[in-house]
Amino acid sequence: MLRDITLGQYYETKSKLHELDPRTKLVGTLIYLISLFMFTNAYVYIFAASFLLLCVLISRIPPTYMIKGMKPVIFLLVFTLFLNMLFTPGEVIFTFWKINITKEGVKQALYMGARLTLLIMGSNMMTLTTTPTRLTNGLERLMGPLKLIKLPVHEIAMMMSIALRFIPILMDETDRIMKAQLARGADFESGNLIKKAKSLVPVLVPLFISAFRRANDLAMAMEARCYHGGKGRTQMKPLKYRPADLLAYLVLILYMTAVVLIGKYL
Amino acid sequence: MGIIDINKVTYEYIRRDEDGNVEGITTAVNGVSLNVKAGEFIAILGHNGSGKSTLAKHINALLVPEEGSVIVDGMDTADEDKTLSIRQTAGMVFQNPDNQIIGQIVEEDVGFGPENMGVPTKEIWERVEESLRTVGMYEYRKKSPNKLSGGQKQRVSIASVIAMHPKCIVFDEPTAMLDPKGRREVIRAARALNDVENITIILITHYMEEAIYADRIFVMEEGSVVMQGTPETVFSQVDMLKSYRLDVPEVTELAWELKKAGVPIKFPILTREELKEELIRLGKR
Amino acid sequence: MERDKSKLKLAADHISYEYDKSGANRHKALDDVSFEVYEGEFVGLIGHTGSGKSTLMQHLNALLKPDQGTIWYDGQDIYEKGYDRKELRRRVGLVFQYPEHQLFEDTVFNEVCFGPKNFGMDEKQSELSAYAAIKKVGLPDECFYHSPFDLSGGQKRRVAIASVLAVKPEILIMDEPTAGLDPKGREELMEMILSLKESEGLSIVMVSHSMEDVAKLADRIVVMDKGHIVYDDEPRKVFAHYKELEEMGLAAPQMMYVMQDLKDAGFDVRTDVTTIEEAKEEILRIVT
Repeated sequence: MLRDITLGQYYETKSKLHELDPRTKLVGTLIYLISLFMFTNAYVYIFAASFLLLCVLISRIPPTYMIKGMKPVIFLLVFTLFLNMLFTPGEVIFTFWKINITKEGVKQALYMGARLTLLIMGSNMMTLTTTPTRLTNGLERLMGPLKLIKLPVHEIAMMMSIALRFIPILMDETDRIMKAQLARGADFESGNLIKKAKSLVPVLVPLFISAFRRANDLAMAMEARCYHGGKGRTQMKPLKYRPADLLAYLVLILYMTAVVLIGKYL
Repeated sequence: MGIIDINKVTYEYIRRDEDGNVEGITTAVNGVSLNVKAGEFIAILGHNGSGKSTLAKHINALLVPEEGSVIVDGMDTADEDKTLSIRQTAGMVFQNPDNQIIGQIVEEDVGFGPENMGVPTKEIWERVEESLRTVGMYEYRKKSPNKLSGGQKQRVSIASVIAMHPKCIVFDEPTAMLDPKGRREVIRAARALNDVENITIILITHYMEEAIYADRIFVMEEGSVVMQGTPETVFSQVDMLKSYRLDVPEVTELAWELKKAGVPIKFPILTREELKEELIRLGKR
Repeated sequence: MERDKSKLKLAADHISYEYDKSGANRHKALDDVSFEVYEGEFVGLIGHTGSGKSTLMQHLNALLKPDQGTIWYDGQDIYEKGYDRKELRRRVGLVFQYPEHQLFEDTVFNEVCFGPKNFGMDEKQSELSAYAAIKKVGLPDECFYHSPFDLSGGQKRRVAIASVLAVKPEILIMDEPTAGLDPKGREELMEMILSLKESEGLSIVMVSHSMEDVAKLADRIVVMDKGHIVYDDEPRKVFAHYKELEEMGLAAPQMMYVMQDLKDAGFDVRTDVTTIEEAKEEILRIVT
């Protein structure tokens, strides 16, 4: 059922990677993403891919599961590849009808493909090994310094975690409302775009009303339990760096150095 | 003095039209006075729209009376400095099981209240464990609330309130959205809190069967308290209850019918056991 | 229970259904279920949350398609090529739980017109049909041009039910129509539903948790547990299995327990009693 979909699809198992502090993983992912955009170099991609493979092995997530995670973006990926392949000028190696395929185009497409694949898998790695709660917790702590410029960091994190809690409920509700309107003869499929958009009114109005009602109830429930913003709040699960995190940061520094070296000299 | 002292409270909702002009005023609570002693189990009955939920929200300082006063454990709800202590003293369980769980895992939800109160981390864990054990949900502590039944969700919400160590809990129609099994679970938990932990319970409901265990019952109609007393006194006035769009428990109704048919049966009767005894006394084998 | 096969309207024929077939939360909600609805009868469908009754309900008007088995309506297989399933949805009206949460129009009247218009009635027909439906559910005339959102909970629910009645269904399926209403509201709504059955000749399937309500109204009770139909019989025969019902998280009507208590105490009374009226008669027999 829709209710069972969770954003970021946490994969439950025990591994060194799961145990790392979410801040370490957030920083690590950021570094990894940056490393993918620093150089357009086949060796760098091979190195980055091996690093990711290593992480997958440590995380004990079945590689097939990782690959399955690519499914939703496969269209985007293929589309980008084609665009790159078709519209990059250069030495023609192949002509099909009116379209020229160039050597540069193929190369560009391959690079782009590798970069995108690693990018998505890399960020999936983070969400697969970290629960949404820990992730928002980590974000809140990492963004902590931004409080100085009056950014409501705690509130943003709280909003994110509430959204994560309610998205499955609202999706379930959408499903129910759609079915109820179908039972009253609503038709969500036929007609042109405008007609289709109009046919969603009977779903959206009740959905919004319900979302507001829930928000109202929830605000009251939070207040009743003494919620008054981040001030004076303690944490049930405070984040604490452990020796493993230190090691992880070291590995990240080494990884980045290696990427720079490979990118510059190979 | 009691733990809750509601003194001539009036609360009005102002209805406005689309341009913001006042369209009318609905008096949700109208001069209600009500006193609850520590350790009591109180039930408030009333049909939908009788003002009972509005009254309940006053006990937790979610609403502040326009006229009159609400004193919770010696603290006036109108005093803003006391708001947090009042909410900690008088916890609240609401109707919709989905809309009051904040955490994404059961234990995190139970920890939410203590976190807000600034309880040290170690103690939060102790409180969470103890509260979840009290309602029998400890083994579900790592589960997502979305995977629980309605009754289980409400028990989590009860645990979340207990973790704040309240002296009093207001249950605002906690069983309205549950199936019979869930209803039993929740009422059992509420009664146990009253019996074992000696927490004052205020149960708002429109299921008559849930009110028979109360020490005292208040019946609300159009914002006022129209009947009050022990379950025996309240449920013996069958016709009056029905005129307030309420009912009596099925066994009480049966006894009422028998009495009307001329059977010299004791009245009222609230439980099956009582009825059985009476009929054995009266019956011819 | 004897039934006149010529009056069979709707039949679920050995249907099975599984949720999340390829995912981690795979579970079988219906397992080889057969269920029938006859002309003009009132069927109570009971089972605790998660027993599969909502899933079954959604199969009956083609909102879900069974993995195995099929649904027959008036002797036709609804999954046969060319079968008009939209028309089926009109004939089999479905009222979900808390139906007032699906209201969206600006007036009660427009809300109730939504269904008839969708099912291809012209303006005039729709309005006549909506008018009749609003009357049938007992809403006062001054409600017509109110916003449905300004009504009380019980009235909103009536609007929602009217919006299904307006499409002139032959079978009305309702999921816990009285949930969340106060005692008087429950009683009034039950009376309204009963009058619908009598005046319109509708077949009604009512999902309910209230054994008392079902006992009072249903000609037949179907009990579901873990995706199976466990009992399908007249009320008193089903409730005779009260011990098994309890194991499924259900119960028999209160009055049956009262009579059982008396029987255990050595009185010679009937125990297949479900309503207060019947219990009174039985008890008067032994006390006077």
